[in-house]
Amino acid sequence: MIDYKGQHAIKDERDERRLFEVRAWVGFVCIVLLMLALLGRYVWLQVFAFDSYVTRSENNRVAVRPVVPNRGVIYDRRGRVIAENQPAYRLEIVPEKVPGKLSGLEALLDELANLIDLSDDDRKAFHKSRGNYRSFDSVPLKFKLSEREVARFAVNRHRFQGVDVVPYLSRHYPHGELLAHILGYTGRLDEDDISAVDEGNYRGTRTIGKIGIEKFQEKELHGISGFERVETNVLGRVLKVLERKDAIPGMDLVLSIDVAVQQAAWEALGDRPGSVVAIDPADGSVIALVSKPAYDPNAFVGGISQKAYSEILNAPGRPLFNRALNGGYEPGSTLKPFVGLAGLEMDLVTAETRVFSNGNFYIQGYDRPYRDWKDGGHGWVDIRSALEQSVNTYFYQLAMNMGIDRMHDYLAQFGFGSVTGIDVPGEGKGLLPSRDWKRSALGEPWYPGETVIAGIGQGFNVVTPLQLANAVTALVNGGTRYAPRLLYAAKPAGAEKARRVSAPVELQIPVRDPQDWQTILEGMELVVNGTRGTARKVAVDAHFRTGGKTGTAQVYQLEARKEDNPDEVAEHLRDHAWFIAFAPVDAPRVAIAVVVEHGGGGSTAAAPVARVTLDAWLDQELEREIPR
Amino acid sequence: MRRLLPAWVGAPRLDPVLLFLLLLIIGFGLVVLYSASGQDMGMVNRQLIRLGVGLVVMLVISQVPPRVLRDWTPWLYGLGVALLLATLVLGVGRSTQRWLDFGVLRFQPSELMKLAVPMMVAWYLHSRVLPPGWKSTAVVFGMLLVPTLLIYRQPDLGTAFLVAASGVFTLYLAGLRWRVLFGFAGLATATAPVLWLVMKEYQRNRVRTFLNPEADPLGHGWNIIQSKIAVGSGGLTGKGWLNGTQSNLEFIPERHTDFILAVLSEEFGLIGVSLLMLTYMLVIARGLYIASIARDTGSRLLAGALSLTLFVYVLVNGGMVSGVLPVVGVPLPLISYGGTSAVTLLAGFGMMMSIYGHRKFIR
Repeated sequence: MIDYKGQHAIKDERDERRLFEVRAWVGFVCIVLLMLALLGRYVWLQVFAFDSYVTRSENNRVAVRPVVPNRGVIYDRRGRVIAENQPAYRLEIVPEKVPGKLSGLEALLDELANLIDLSDDDRKAFHKSRGNYRSFDSVPLKFKLSEREVARFAVNRHRFQGVDVVPYLSRHYPHGELLAHILGYTGRLDEDDISAVDEGNYRGTRTIGKIGIEKFQEKELHGISGFERVETNVLGRVLKVLERKDAIPGMDLVLSIDVAVQQAAWEALGDRPGSVVAIDPADGSVIALVSKPAYDPNAFVGGISQKAYSEILNAPGRPLFNRALNGGYEPGSTLKPFVGLAGLEMDLVTAETRVFSNGNFYIQGYDRPYRDWKDGGHGWVDIRSALEQSVNTYFYQLAMNMGIDRMHDYLAQFGFGSVTGIDVPGEGKGLLPSRDWKRSALGEPWYPGETVIAGIGQGFNVVTPLQLANAVTALVNGGTRYAPRLLYAAKPAGAEKARRVSAPVELQIPVRDPQDWQTILEGMELVVNGTRGTARKVAVDAHFRTGGKTGTAQVYQLEARKEDNPDEVAEHLRDHAWFIAFAPVDAPRVAIAVVVEHGGGGSTAAAPVARVTLDAWLDQELEREIPR
Repeated sequence: MRRLLPAWVGAPRLDPVLLFLLLLIIGFGLVVLYSASGQDMGMVNRQLIRLGVGLVVMLVISQVPPRVLRDWTPWLYGLGVALLLATLVLGVGRSTQRWLDFGVLRFQPSELMKLAVPMMVAWYLHSRVLPPGWKSTAVVFGMLLVPTLLIYRQPDLGTAFLVAASGVFTLYLAGLRWRVLFGFAGLATATAPVLWLVMKEYQRNRVRTFLNPEADPLGHGWNIIQSKIAVGSGGLTGKGWLNGTQSNLEFIPERHTDFILAVLSEEFGLIGVSLLMLTYMLVIARGLYIASIARDTGSRLLAGALSLTLFVYVLVNGGMVSGVLPVVGVPLPLISYGGTSAVTLLAGFGMMMSIYGHRKFIR
């Protein structure tokens, strides 16, 4: 058909068909080119980039998860459990899996706070600890969830992407505050902790020993992490375990502490702040180490709130302060046996040397009197009776003859003025004065009067209860000064029996004449058993003979002490009471130091505590002895 | 009885070549679906039923002469637009309104438009002089813009794009002048920034993600990254059927629907992908051949446009899965799990078969 008016007015079937065919061919060529380009993309991904994607797919599929070792259990000397692991639940968040980045995380925490008890401290700690974890690691939010909280979360779990309740073993201290100053506690792993440990070994670990044995023995208690390679789906659910290397559990530890003795000492102290340290002189193992008041370490496990913490921190008597290790007290008369031994060994006096005490001692050329505690003095005394009655004049005279530097050098052998080396962190070293020390520390010369009072343990002298107990140990065992040990034995995982750990010997003190040492011990025996002994009460009804020495640490200097009625002195100004002891005298099984803060006299406040402690230990020790 | 039926009902007019190729794709698709569904035979059975329905629809439509189909076209188009409007008001679906719920049957009207728009354009151009003049071109653009915008409003960028493309292909095959074509292409490029402004936030995120998926590997980039890992780790020969870890461990999202090609690539490798693509190319080639032997203009344009559109499906889905095109909701034809898409596609192939069956015998 042809329209003469216009070429395009009428359809031309053949033109249209040809036009279509051109367009179809052009289109098909384009399609083929595009398809080749698309296939080129697949060739790139599947052939050239194959290796990298296989790796990524494998990383997707396989997760390596740490297998956390069980923390070692701690026992006391008699096999009582004193630190154990209890099943518990904690709430963990994988921040990267929470929808909505940081604001989403905050909203999530707000939501969670409706279900579980979530304090601002928990949130702060959570945010602070986030930096310690790799991305896609779960970060603990709250430890030790209550059963109620677990149940409430379980019901609402679907609302919380990236949040999970995880079962774990939580540390528990069945004896609470009784052993707090020994065991310490475990707490949330923080940045400082991470830098101190092998990070790889702590990948799955969420808590770490913070102080005490838990910190000192962290390496042994923790064990070695294992791992498992698991196939997980996109939700992180484990479908199967491909490979597993079990963790090596932490060592079980046996401490030399006897909980019964510790308990007895604790109760004997009553409400007074103080400390009791008892050491077995045969091996340097610590039988009791009491510092009162203490705190409940269980409150610290898994993090403590700021409020609860400051409550403990500011509580009367400073319960966080470890008096046994770090409490610095004037030794007072408890130093006399050591000064006396120094005099005997230096041949400045013999056992028979007698000194007259008239109540006041004067340094030649000075008119200041140095007093005895008894008006009018004690008369003629030798070293034994000087110890028995705690005669100051004897030791004033001896100290003057000896001089401060020789006294310093001799007493230093007993560990005064230096740390004992016990196996818990945070020990104080006290102060053993000397001429050199005073010049460099205070920039002052040494005065003779300071030597006089140093002879009775006053002035600059500062000792810790642990130091004193350890010095008594060396005094009664013939001069072996140990670095005392709380760790008694360790049982590695899988081992049949615990391996005994012995205390290292710090120093074997040279003995010039064993009779000198015996003389001092006899003097101390008189303190408890002599007719004029200052601690005669200790001997009443005892099954064993005890040697000891009372002491008083002055809290403030009274110019005219005797005018004051001790009962009228405000309690916080009252003297600290000391008592050191050992028993039985013929074959000592325990050396002990007791301090009772503001207790007044050593014989009334401290000696009874020592007696109770000695009873608790020796009654069972000696009975155990008999059948053998 | 025989007399009650229209005269054109008779012996099946099927294209055995096309049918064979389609069954090949469907078969392969079901095999992949079994793995992608996590070996859920129930899901495979459901898809089998839908495909069965689609094949019946295809057989029925193949019996209808192109002339009759053309007579229905304006009604079908009108119905489609009406349903799209209804969807905007009554639609259901996660955050978008794509579905109409008829109780037993959930239906996506936008799928219907993938057929109705090229049919409508072909219907319109059938009686017009070709190449189309300005007036015809303008009318055609009106015909495809209305449903495109309605679908875009749902919002469903992928389908809107496919619907628009099917209309444009019809125009292209009708001989729309090159300079007009390139003019529109230039205009489209120039208005791209405007498009950015009117896009919904989730659509913008998809584009951002497409440009840099690693920037947000857990959020918007996750799909693309995991899909690429699946494809890449498949290698030349694949990890083997049912052995795709990305798929079985659920790292690939939408792994039985839009991203099923990732599963196929992971388990059957480059060889599997290439064979599938080759089959699609053969289907397209066959479609263009059918178009070239069609009896009339409308049939020719329709068959050609449907073939080209099928390629767009394949290209967009394949590009999306391999991370070279943005993630838009375009299923892999006849393989992705889902009813409406399969039925629509098979209905389209039914029309092609009808065109083939009523082809011109003498050239």
